[in-house]
Amino acid sequence: MTDVVMPQMGESIVEGTLTKWLKQPGDHVERDEPLFEISTDKVDSEIPAPATGVLKEILIQEGTTVAINTVVGRIGEGGEVVTEIPATLSVAAPPPPPAPADAQVTPVVAPLPMAATASAEPPPPPEATVPLAAATDLGPLSPLVRRMARELSVDLSQVQGTGAGGRITKQDVERHAAGAPPTAAPPPAAQAPVAAPAPAAVAPPPPAPSAPAAAKPAASVAPVPRTAPPNTRVEAMSTMRQKIAEHMVFSKRTSAHVTTVHKVDMTKVAKLREKAKGAFQERYGFSLTYLPFVLRATCDALRAFPIVNASIDGTNVLYHHDIKLGIAVALDGGNGLIVPVIKNADERNIVGIQRAVVDLAGRARSKQLKPDEVQGGTFSITNFGSFGSVFATPVINQPQVAILGIGSVEKTPVVIDDAIAIRSIAYLALTFDHRLIDGALADQFCQKIKSVLENWSEPV
Amino acid sequence: MGRVPYRESVRLQKDLVERRKANAIPDQLLFVEHPHVITLGRNAREANILATPAVLSRAGVDVVETDRGGDVTYHGPGQIVGYPILDLKAWKRDVGAYLRAIEQVLIDALADFGIAAGREQGMTGVWVQGRKVAAIGVHLSRWVTSHGFALNVDTDLDYFRYIVPCGLTRPVGAIREFGCEAGYGNIQAAIVARFAEVFDFNIVKPQTLRERIA
Repeated sequence: MTDVVMPQMGESIVEGTLTKWLKQPGDHVERDEPLFEISTDKVDSEIPAPATGVLKEILIQEGTTVAINTVVGRIGEGGEVVTEIPATLSVAAPPPPPAPADAQVTPVVAPLPMAATASAEPPPPPEATVPLAAATDLGPLSPLVRRMARELSVDLSQVQGTGAGGRITKQDVERHAAGAPPTAAPPPAAQAPVAAPAPAAVAPPPPAPSAPAAAKPAASVAPVPRTAPPNTRVEAMSTMRQKIAEHMVFSKRTSAHVTTVHKVDMTKVAKLREKAKGAFQERYGFSLTYLPFVLRATCDALRAFPIVNASIDGTNVLYHHDIKLGIAVALDGGNGLIVPVIKNADERNIVGIQRAVVDLAGRARSKQLKPDEVQGGTFSITNFGSFGSVFATPVINQPQVAILGIGSVEKTPVVIDDAIAIRSIAYLALTFDHRLIDGALADQFCQKIKSVLENWSEPV
Repeated sequence: MGRVPYRESVRLQKDLVERRKANAIPDQLLFVEHPHVITLGRNAREANILATPAVLSRAGVDVVETDRGGDVTYHGPGQIVGYPILDLKAWKRDVGAYLRAIEQVLIDALADFGIAAGREQGMTGVWVQGRKVAAIGVHLSRWVTSHGFALNVDTDLDYFRYIVPCGLTRPVGAIREFGCEAGYGNIQAAIVARFAEVFDFNIVKPQTLRERIA
């Protein structure tokens, strides 16, 4: 029997997706004949059979992403075909180190030759500084781990991996650099299912309802689990989910997130809304919510504090003259999140804003948005109050520097002039990037919104 | 090679790949321009096409499923599309290095025209000021490459409205809007020169399509 493995497609490639089997179990295959197709980032490859014989079994089904050197099938001498896939076999053991026969795989010994002209971008990372021996001994390493090891001068052969299959993770390198022993040290060749959640790194803050992916531990580079725990269903993430996950972790890594919460008395707005609601629905065909009022107040505050309507570009601050408000829209059934953008939001009245919100949210849910309608936002708003949340700590939508979360509006007893009154109260949570925005300014910004809402004067 | 329908270019590449695998021809770099077409890579999700078939056919946009890597993209007039047919066994058996090298070729070529292009972490392609100006998608058969890159020179970016390019909700751009005045011929020549540098090739005199096929 010859094992058919997910081939190594390059030094920085640690996994591949098996997209298509070109042969079925029982088919005769010739050595070097295309056997299956795989996909890595932007590249599809046909993989030839490693031997002549009969394809006995397919261990990895189409659409599955596995680490390199994972056995995906077996070629045998003819005879009986294994049709039943034993569960234990589909669970690939930790990948063996690349076979020595791979000596043909030319190590990258020098960075790519660079043009003499000054190029705006640094050359590709000098992967050559990681000795090939390390790569062969240590199994697949993510580019991040390699880079960190380089930067922190960590000898990776001295690091004990705690990731899936004993793989060295970012946390392992950090821990090693800090001189601490690994927190969890399963034997590198552990057969036990690696269902383990990543070693409790810093516990992430409670996720905003609109941003579930933010709570994912930083192990975003971890491959599809090679061992499915019992009574568990494995399902590949949708492209959208992958993008969300990527973006959320990217944002958490990029910005210094701080959330400040202000209590706002919405009684005046609530009364106005109550009065106008019926006529509004009749006249325009959609209902009037609190959202356009908060959006309107936010535009005023953004005009008063332009730094909140900015983004960071290296060491420059880009102040955006136009206000383009991103509105987080939860897709049905918690199947994703999209942030369509209301352009020139400050030029619209309450009806105009409500209309834009209804239109964009509706088309977001029916996937009818055009790409430019989800791009170029300068500030975002998420209305988790509509799901009953009182307040949450939203994740900034990069490259913006702040996001406002609106809690539910609830009738609450409050003390006014030493008397108890019933008022409609909401919490507004502003998450801001503390790299650019100071706490005092963030609070002034919130106070501006609060003041506009509490002293509402614009007719509907 | 001028304007070639997408499907025809795929057939031509298949033929060249077979010849390259048989070592009957040296490495090649084809340049074409395509009429309006949306192509779906092997990983493409239909959901990333935002327009209905009726709208697309009215706009004269063909939709083709193809065997390159990557998601959905658009090709059309105003784009320089390059298809390198290379045997990576003779260079590096490394698809990551190959993608980075293609990016480097385009980054260097754009630098020749004063455009500061670069990479974005984790998002293959060439970017200028946060806009993706070149998309990359590759097919490998026994380490022989086909498909390649598409650089937006003065592409009508409106056509990208019909898709979510590569499944990313990032803006696309064309180098004309970043102040590149050069003609197609000059840009193509710069790409060829940088390609030769990055991949360490000697340039053989350009051939016409007929000469190549002969």
